[in-house]
Amino acid sequence: MAKVIFTVGDDISTDIIYPGRYMATVLPEETPQFAFADNPDFNARLLSLKKNHQSVIVAGENFGCGSSREQAVSTLKGHEVIIVAKSIARIFLQNSVNLGLKIILAPDNEASEDDELEISQDRVLNTTTGKSFQVEPLPKSRREIIEAGGLISYTRARLLKDRSLQLSEIE
Amino acid sequence: MNMTIVEKILSRASGRSNLKPGDVVEPAIDLAMSHENGALVINQFLQIFEGTPLDPKVWDASKIAIIFDHRVPAESSKTASNQKKIREFVNRQFIDKFHDIRGDVGGICHQILPESGYVRPGCVVVGTDSHTTSHGALGAFSFGIGATEMASVWALGKALNVEVPPTIKVNVTGAFPTFVGPKDFILHLIGKISAQGANFRVIEYHGETIRDMTTSGRLVICNMSVEAGATSGIVPPDEETIRYLREEAGVQDSLDMVVPDAGANYDEVINIDVSKLEPQIACPHTVDNIKGIKDVSGTKIDQVVIGSCTNGRLDDLEMAARVIRGKKIARNIRMLVFPASGRIYSQALGKGLIGDFMTAGAVVMNPGCGPCLGIHEGALGDGEVALSTTNRNFKGRMGNPTAEVYLCSPVVAAASAVAGVITDPRKGVN
Repeated sequence: MAKVIFTVGDDISTDIIYPGRYMATVLPEETPQFAFADNPDFNARLLSLKKNHQSVIVAGENFGCGSSREQAVSTLKGHEVIIVAKSIARIFLQNSVNLGLKIILAPDNEASEDDELEISQDRVLNTTTGKSFQVEPLPKSRREIIEAGGLISYTRARLLKDRSLQLSEIE
Repeated sequence: MNMTIVEKILSRASGRSNLKPGDVVEPAIDLAMSHENGALVINQFLQIFEGTPLDPKVWDASKIAIIFDHRVPAESSKTASNQKKIREFVNRQFIDKFHDIRGDVGGICHQILPESGYVRPGCVVVGTDSHTTSHGALGAFSFGIGATEMASVWALGKALNVEVPPTIKVNVTGAFPTFVGPKDFILHLIGKISAQGANFRVIEYHGETIRDMTTSGRLVICNMSVEAGATSGIVPPDEETIRYLREEAGVQDSLDMVVPDAGANYDEVINIDVSKLEPQIACPHTVDNIKGIKDVSGTKIDQVVIGSCTNGRLDDLEMAARVIRGKKIARNIRMLVFPASGRIYSQALGKGLIGDFMTAGAVVMNPGCGPCLGIHEGALGDGEVALSTTNRNFKGRMGNPTAEVYLCSPVVAAASAVAGVITDPRKGVN
């Protein structure tokens, strides 16, 4: 069972998730401290999460729009939260898949703070309200990367495969 | 099968015929651009090679471009160290298309790429910056990606798992009225279709207005296509594209003029007549919160910014200088001008524009992203209001979540700086 730690509306930009003035901090292990830094309340809730928590941020349409900054994903990934959004902007969606941030697309989702959610492959069940919402599958091109454990390991496997092919051609 | 321009470009870049939206391809990349976030790309790139017997070498150093623009000169030791790390990597990997903090060849990445002749029609360009959509102005398929995805491109030379996007065709007709131009058109379009109206799709621009538009103007509309969520904006290459590449970018080699097929399949067609358009303003805090200027004129402002990858080009500076020449900016207003590149700065200097701005009371800064994303110069005070020719007005964008940012064209920005409030340039400035 996962709990909604806070909800946000539509068009939440990566500037809100990870303000530009912290962009000189790039390493994924250093970005989590600045998640939602301009909202001290949200930032504090994320920083106070205990180990092995099951926490969800519920978002509206177009979550993660704007800048391509990957810090906006690594900052949330660092807290191991789950994002349940009605829709997600393209670059943020790809960055999430690449870094392994768990994102769920549920176009009709309704949830409030503190609601408890049961998330499965095809639906989000809000056990607080009793309502259930359909999950939209991620683009098929992205699922392979998730299954490989992210883009770094996916690319590493591809690179080794390509190079050994080249070597066998030379031989 | 009749294809859109992006279907055609992806088909060639991936060696596949008859592509349709939703097909998954692996296009070869012609140009891979990063800026200061190259520091993160390097980190991710080295991780890919960890535990392998392979030497971490980029696939093709001649196809990588790195331009310092987001924080130039460095505002902190942390940034300076990131820039140093990138400089060392660039030297080690023999990356020539490197634009350091310099007065001659430095500037904003989305100006440096076109003016250096790095982008050609039919190319596939990726960049670790969402405004990489800009380069569609030259007929390339150009889109933003994250740092880890760029690391993957550096290793493999292709973008993995790219879904062919559906295309929206936008037909633009009519001549712009005086003091109305490409910025007003793109703001109008974003307002009409919303900040997510083109999500996961490409916008292909057509019509007489686009045909008569200079590359500078096309860069404005492709740059801001991402503000409607578009994967990219693109203008099919034509005579103007050739003129720009030959005369302004110094490109001599033959050009591959990839254009869409007649009868290509479009997801949606939008027609816009600009002949009666008034100056458009994006109001806080979303770019699709568009109003005509008469609804916001009189709004008190504290800072005016002219510049950025959207509107820091020579024609932008010329328009603004024409309005401001011989006048003074209002008391209690700060006006910051950022030419988009060293070359543009020099040209503006030669034409006397820099003097016009300075005499009026504006501060002319070095080329770079400046205050656009709130990480360097020109931050806003609590509750202050900025009027800016940049591309985003998100809450906190200019470094202060209690401040407000309005977006407009250079001519509206200049007229408003003189008046001290948002002002319709068509009404004249006293």
